[in-house]
Amino acid sequence: MTDTVVIAEISKGKVSPTTNELISAANILGTDCTLVIPCTDSSLADQASNISGVAKIIAAKSSVFTNYDASGWAQALDSVAPQGIIVTAASAQSKDLAARIAARRNVSVVQDVISIDGTTLSTPIYSGKAIENVAINGNVVVSIRPNVFPGVSNDGSCDIQVIDASGDLSTAVKELVERASTRLDVSEANIIISGGRGMGSPDNFSHLEEIADTLGAAVGASRAAVDTWDDIPHSMQVGQTGKTVNPNLYIAVGISGAIQHLAGMRSSKYIVAINKDADAPIFQYADYGIVSTWEEALPVLSSALSNMLS
Amino acid sequence: MVKIAVLVKQVPDTNSKIQISNDRVDLSSVKMVMSPYDEFAVENALLHREAVGGTVTAITVGGNSADKVLKDAKAIGVDEIVRLDCTEYMDSNAFQTVISGVISQDGYEVVYCGKSSADTGSGSTGPGVAEKLGWASVSNVTDIQFTDGMTVTVPTEGGNAIINVSAPLVVSCDKGSIKVRKPNVKGIMMAKRAQVDVKSLNPNPSNVTVVSQTMPAEKPAGKKFEGGQSAETVVQLLREEANII
Repeated sequence: MTDTVVIAEISKGKVSPTTNELISAANILGTDCTLVIPCTDSSLADQASNISGVAKIIAAKSSVFTNYDASGWAQALDSVAPQGIIVTAASAQSKDLAARIAARRNVSVVQDVISIDGTTLSTPIYSGKAIENVAINGNVVVSIRPNVFPGVSNDGSCDIQVIDASGDLSTAVKELVERASTRLDVSEANIIISGGRGMGSPDNFSHLEEIADTLGAAVGASRAAVDTWDDIPHSMQVGQTGKTVNPNLYIAVGISGAIQHLAGMRSSKYIVAINKDADAPIFQYADYGIVSTWEEALPVLSSALSNMLS
Repeated sequence: MVKIAVLVKQVPDTNSKIQISNDRVDLSSVKMVMSPYDEFAVENALLHREAVGGTVTAITVGGNSADKVLKDAKAIGVDEIVRLDCTEYMDSNAFQTVISGVISQDGYEVVYCGKSSADTGSGSTGPGVAEKLGWASVSNVTDIQFTDGMTVTVPTEGGNAIINVSAPLVVSCDKGSIKVRKPNVKGIMMAKRAQVDVKSLNPNPSNVTVVSQTMPAEKPAGKKFEGGQSAETVVQLLREEANII
């Protein structure tokens, strides 16, 4: 079997637990997994020293990793990563990186993989309205959808080899602007509560925000809501022309479930739908459906969650 | 004067239902449109031309039926339209090799594309083509300014990065705040008469092949409750049955 290389997913200056999922996937695809951790300071890699399922850990140290630069990152990671099947996370940034590394190594990339059976990989197409099963032959780069594969445990021990990686920056960050709101983006959240046009007005999204704060959730919206109200930005849009998400919990409020929206959230682990129309298509996908106006259901939901979580 | 290419792709309308027959997606009765993010790529390419002068060429890959997406781009103002004639499947490596070959041969300096296409959703073409050309790339771009060189906005964890970029460059576009222009009658008439420059292709063999396309697994029916008070029951279930809060 072929060797594998996992590029660690870094989030908020740490090795993200998604990395454990990538190692699981790599160990289905091949053997002798090498974990490569892009870092500016090798101490970042220390927290991964007990990660299991890896034969080797390389801390790829370079100033190029200060800010994301597709060209520089691909060059630096290519220089330290051994040959083999390369595995990354299917986050927006890591998919971009996966494509660059694949092109650099003159191999193909298979993005957003949700299951692996031998050399057959499955990926959602048409935002999950269908699944494409592809056969790989030889080395490829594979990005793995987070929150699908179980993660390996953290009870291993592996030495970390620090290697200086070099890459040339091809772009220059002029400024980093922090998001005004401290609330999570839908693409980063484990729990999302989304509102549709059924919310009646953008002001009513404050009720969703209140629940989001209790849950540590992100607030999303349907395309209908984004298109109707200027106050609801596209960055909140979940669906085929917005963000595809698969959190542990997705709460859809006043969203009827247009095919466009379903495509972007149907793979969420648990779906709760609140809609006054008992025949709304969203209920076919909901694990727990509540037939009610949001005006009636949200106060109850909010206080029940506060009581449970406080 | 800058020579700009914009990559466009024809995909099923995102409101359409996808059906499978004989292990393949059946698109015979589906309305085909320009992939939504490609519309922003075309708009940004036109804004770039208007800011600094130059030409915009729309390029697609496909058979005769793909000419429509080129005519749509022509109707809103691109200068030239090119179709790389190929209807067979190409994996990402074969595909990017073909595209980067044309970009390099025809001397384009900046390439725009959508951040991903509405069919595969993979988002590999922009960064992959850039790597093959040895160019810079920026992806998921939500805003572009053409004063003082070229500056793009890219979302990051926790906010946005404002990035200075320069040609040669590939820009993969997200929706952002720009409005896409609509064709006028004159544009549509011109597009009708416009000639598509058809180039033949001889792609490399693919190492990734499609085995089948299938419908996603159906979810078992969930539990449905009447009335707002049942939200309390649902919260209990989320803890005791689903174990997620």
